[in-house]
Amino acid sequence: MTAHLLDIRVERKSFASATELNNTALNNVVLNNIHLQLKPRETVSLLGPSGCGKSTLLRIVAGLEKDFQGELNNHAGEVAFVFQEPRLMPWLTVEQNIGFSADKQYDKAWVAQLIDEVGLGGFAQALPKALSGGMAQRVAIARGLYSRPQVLLLDEPFSAVDAFTRMKLQDLLLQLAERHAIALLLVTHDVDEALYLSDRVLVMGNRPSSIRQELAVQLAHPRDRRDPLLAQLKALSLTELQRAHVI
Amino acid sequence: MTSKSKSLPAHLALPAPKRLSNAWKLRLKGLALPLAIILVLEFVVRIGWLPSYQMPAPSEVALTLGELADGALWKHISASLLRVLLGFAIGASLALVFAAWVGLSREAEAYLEPTFAGLRSIPSLAWVPLLLLWLGIDETSKIVLIAIGAFFPVYLNGVAAIRDIDRKLVEVGQMYGFSRTRLVRRILLPAALPGLFTGLRSGMSLAWMFLVAAELIAATKGLGYLLSDGRETSRPDIVLAAIIVLAILGKLSDGILASLEKRFLAWRDTFNGQNAGE
Repeated sequence: MTAHLLDIRVERKSFASATELNNTALNNVVLNNIHLQLKPRETVSLLGPSGCGKSTLLRIVAGLEKDFQGELNNHAGEVAFVFQEPRLMPWLTVEQNIGFSADKQYDKAWVAQLIDEVGLGGFAQALPKALSGGMAQRVAIARGLYSRPQVLLLDEPFSAVDAFTRMKLQDLLLQLAERHAIALLLVTHDVDEALYLSDRVLVMGNRPSSIRQELAVQLAHPRDRRDPLLAQLKALSLTELQRAHVI
Repeated sequence: MTSKSKSLPAHLALPAPKRLSNAWKLRLKGLALPLAIILVLEFVVRIGWLPSYQMPAPSEVALTLGELADGALWKHISASLLRVLLGFAIGASLALVFAAWVGLSREAEAYLEPTFAGLRSIPSLAWVPLLLLWLGIDETSKIVLIAIGAFFPVYLNGVAAIRDIDRKLVEVGQMYGFSRTRLVRRILLPAALPGLFTGLRSGMSLAWMFLVAAELIAATKGLGYLLSDGRETSRPDIVLAAIIVLAILGKLSDGILASLEKRFLAWRDTFNGQNAGE
């Protein structure tokens, strides 16, 4: 099993809720019997509706959520997280935000390289209030890369930007993952995004959710968004989502 | 802002002096009303519509102020300033300590918050007799009263500032495995700074208020003493002169805090009252 960077087994994850009675506890089960593995340099998407627990699964992987039944094997060492919102510190410049995890002694050369790689040359000293949503998310991605992780976890990272910016950011993400040999685990509710980015797409249903379907996307990068195989797989996943009463 | 599309250097150089004169224009607008009031008062008192033993003419107040400045004024100012700064420093720093404690720990909140809520509901001037009984009429009682006055706004705003911090930013620190102290230094303190400044500024203005209260009751020097001295000797010009000095000192101390706030909080993305089209 050491070939996997991450190996997560969640038997059950439920939210303890004091307001509800014990006999309705079954409704609070978010995740049920999920097994997820991530190989080096692989891109995997968790696709499902809002509230299905896919973000919770990602938080379990990140170690932000510790209260669950199951086990998490992390052979990757450094794991970084990109949130749905940029979550930049508004009082720090772009440069300081990217090196945030190292306090004031951040590696300036490495930060400068990351700024160039995410296409924000010239904005090193800008404050977050001067950035557009797409630019702020680029800074967030650069901040994720600063610790040289082997795995990057992304929680609906592009859901708040417009469709064209989203496509650009998707290509940027793939390019960066390729360059730094990073595995990506991505949560999304955008079928096209999941298929375009991933080697495998895991389709999740409503609560209590488990993985209902695994789609392998056997297409080399760079991909064409108009590729007929993507359309075919989209149809398959939509069928499964319909069967799961998501749509 | 139309010059933005044409990036000729000559065009870019133009707006700077124009903006400066705009700032001065705004300041002049602010002076218009006080100047008008002074002129009207001067006129009304000079032609005798208001008796000058009740409302001295502004020019007379200015003369009194000049006379005081040659004599005892500086003694009064330095006495008052020392009391305010000392009381404010003690009250505000205690408030910051307790605000951090209550803000960061639910346990501390459970123990301390009800007591503070109870103490807060006592009108602070009600402490005066007790302070006089316990600490006498010298400096200590005045400074303690000012400290009490400054404590609550700083404490309340401090707790609120900490509790208003965006949980999502804190989570970034948790993601990096920050320790408690590092979390405070890197995220909680900077994020709470806007609220802390609000508290410090209102604490400062309350400190001045309590200074006057303390000095009106029992003092042999200070601006509050000058006020009651003016009343006892039927000199409204002295009272008005003292009020003007208090206003200037209050404005100055607030201005210092405001400029610190501006310097430390330049990152804030807030509405500044200007129209977007301008």
